[in-house]
Amino acid sequence: MMKRTLPLLATLGWRNLWRHPKRTFVILFAITLGVWFMVISAGMMVGIIEQQVRDTIFNLTGHAQIHNPEYRDDPAIEHSMPPPTPAMLEILNSPKVKQWSSRVRLPAVVMSERESRGVTLVGIDPKHEQGLSLIGEPVVEGRALESIDDDGIVIGRRMAEKLETRVGKRIVVMSQNKNKEVADRGFRIVGLYRAELESTETAYVFTGRKTAQKLLGLNDDLSEIALITYSRDGLEPLVASLRQAAPTLETKSWKELEPLMVSALKVYDNFMIIWYLIIFGAMAFGLTNTMLMAIFERTREIGLFQALGMRPRYIVGQVLMETFILLLIGVALGNLTGWFTSDVIFADGIDLTEFARGMESFQMSSIMRFQLEARDLITINLMVIVLGLLASLYPALKAARYVPVEAITRT
Amino acid sequence: MSTVTLHKVCKTFGEGKLAVHALRDIDLEVGNGDFVCLSGPSGSGKTTLLNMIGGLDRPTSGEITVANQRVDQMDKGELAEIRLRNIGFVFQAYNLIPVLSARENVEFVMQLQGIPPEIRHQKSKEILAEVGLNGMEDRKPAELSGGQQQRVAVARALVSEPALILADEPTANLDSVTAEKLVELLRHLNDEHGITFVISTHDKMVMGHARRLLKMHDGKIIDDIQQR
Ligand SMILES: Nc1ncnc2c1ncn2[C@@H]1O[C@H](COP(=O)(O)OP(=O)(O)OP(=O)(O)O)[C@@H](O)[C@H]1O
Ligand SMILES: [Mg+2]
Repeated sequence: MMKRTLPLLATLGWRNLWRHPKRTFVILFAITLGVWFMVISAGMMVGIIEQQVRDTIFNLTGHAQIHNPEYRDDPAIEHSMPPPTPAMLEILNSPKVKQWSSRVRLPAVVMSERESRGVTLVGIDPKHEQGLSLIGEPVVEGRALESIDDDGIVIGRRMAEKLETRVGKRIVVMSQNKNKEVADRGFRIVGLYRAELESTETAYVFTGRKTAQKLLGLNDDLSEIALITYSRDGLEPLVASLRQAAPTLETKSWKELEPLMVSALKVYDNFMIIWYLIIFGAMAFGLTNTMLMAIFERTREIGLFQALGMRPRYIVGQVLMETFILLLIGVALGNLTGWFTSDVIFADGIDLTEFARGMESFQMSSIMRFQLEARDLITINLMVIVLGLLASLYPALKAARYVPVEAITRT
Repeated sequence: MSTVTLHKVCKTFGEGKLAVHALRDIDLEVGNGDFVCLSGPSGSGKTTLLNMIGGLDRPTSGEITVANQRVDQMDKGELAEIRLRNIGFVFQAYNLIPVLSARENVEFVMQLQGIPPEIRHQKSKEILAEVGLNGMEDRKPAELSGGQQQRVAVARALVSEPALILADEPTANLDSVTAEKLVELLRHLNDEHGITFVISTHDKMVMGHARRLLKMHDGKIIDDIQQR
């Protein structure tokens, strides 16, 4: 019965909308603006968050890491781990893993002629870091590390400024070896790298893994193995299988390695819902009022509907249908303009370099890109349509409660 | 067999000193296929009576039966249903849904009844032709004259073949020539289809076409005349 009546309700709804084109345009504009605003604020939020997650993962974290169970609490030399066993290698070399790399990563002090600073010395296999971490990125000055036994050192651009040194000069790296004795060695600076954040540039210095192992008397021992997968989705089972293959070691996904990041993501999610509701509240106010005005003007007509035998629920249906059409057009336009804003006008992102300088502690990168996610668009659209219909339920029920005689005799 | 039966129907608006007794103990039977005219001075209760029969309002007391169903005891949904199936309305003015064309207005009721499109189109075409609106099917109400609008309303009331058509001063806004044509049409439909009509009017010409003439005064039926 309802199905047969739907085309009728749709016809009435559509034509009723254009009885007052100006009013319809005003409310359509409001809905479009609201949805546009929700879409781009979601796009902006996701863009910033994704950038942060990517930066974090790129900041030597990877999607998962394997350590000696003590290492994360106390990254000291005695908490090193042996090289991967054949069982581990089988998993690490499986097609699910995009890239993996083993590292030495220990605290050290670097000294130039003028300054000394505490850093993390990272011994890497340059070929395997490519695409896995920031050190795979091109070096801005000088050359990158070339092999596992490269004995040059690559430091951050900012670090070079702090140490008042430059490419070609020598610096001394000092740390503790396996026997708890001071181990030191001079390195030639072969290159400078840049990172998204200045704090990163002063935190790490890189050399060949073998060189670091030799300096620290580690033989083949490692500090960590890091890996990335093709997508973040299949990560949990992979982590589980690694745990099985290496029960004495500790395998953690990035979510466990960066719990602050994960809770920040949750806060953002909740914040967005509240944000949507605020925008929607303003929209709903206009919508309810518009529909109230519409049914008030059409009191007579609604009385006529009733006299002709339209059941009260179809009268509710008629008002809801009219709102639904309105919402559908508004939502479509909002999505379209939102997409246009994020993927056409600002396809290259918005440059926030100036702004970002002051925001270093907030961890914002300098180029902000919008990222529209299907999940967010669905949330926004469903929310606007469902809550929009709810907002027009009051006028709709009011219309259905009209008493026919009174409605008809009103002029 | 009677289409409409009223037994001791009273309708009072307001309370206490302000109470208006619009209908006082009305007893009435309208036979199948009759053509009844309600006449009487303004305020005598004609509209109120029609509204009671059509279930647009409830009586204060008394029983009303239409097509063997107790209208006075129905809820809103049931009233809508009986109006949809058994009662057609023609009002004095503003009878049509402004956003729908003449044809769509006629089909409106059939659409609510769930009649399939082909049958709807066929029937609306026939009935509009019958009331003399050939070629005007696609006009909106605003593009039709008052008389033409009333004809569309009649066509719509008629199309679902109800047991009863209630018309409240259907000719009041028409010139005498148009009014006469409309009433002749109603009478013709009554003769042809056997549909029962109850019409309120101030117009002598309309009363002249009635089979039965009821005169009301102060909420009572004071005269009941069988004409032809
Ligand atoms: N909703 C209402 N509230 C209060 N009184 C009403 C209401 N509707 C009608 N009445 C009163 O009931 C009485 C009968 O009114 P009704 O409209 O039935 O008269 P009528 O015979 O149709 O008059 P007219 O020829 O002017 O149309 C009148 O006194 C009127 O004032
Ligand atoms: Mg009246």
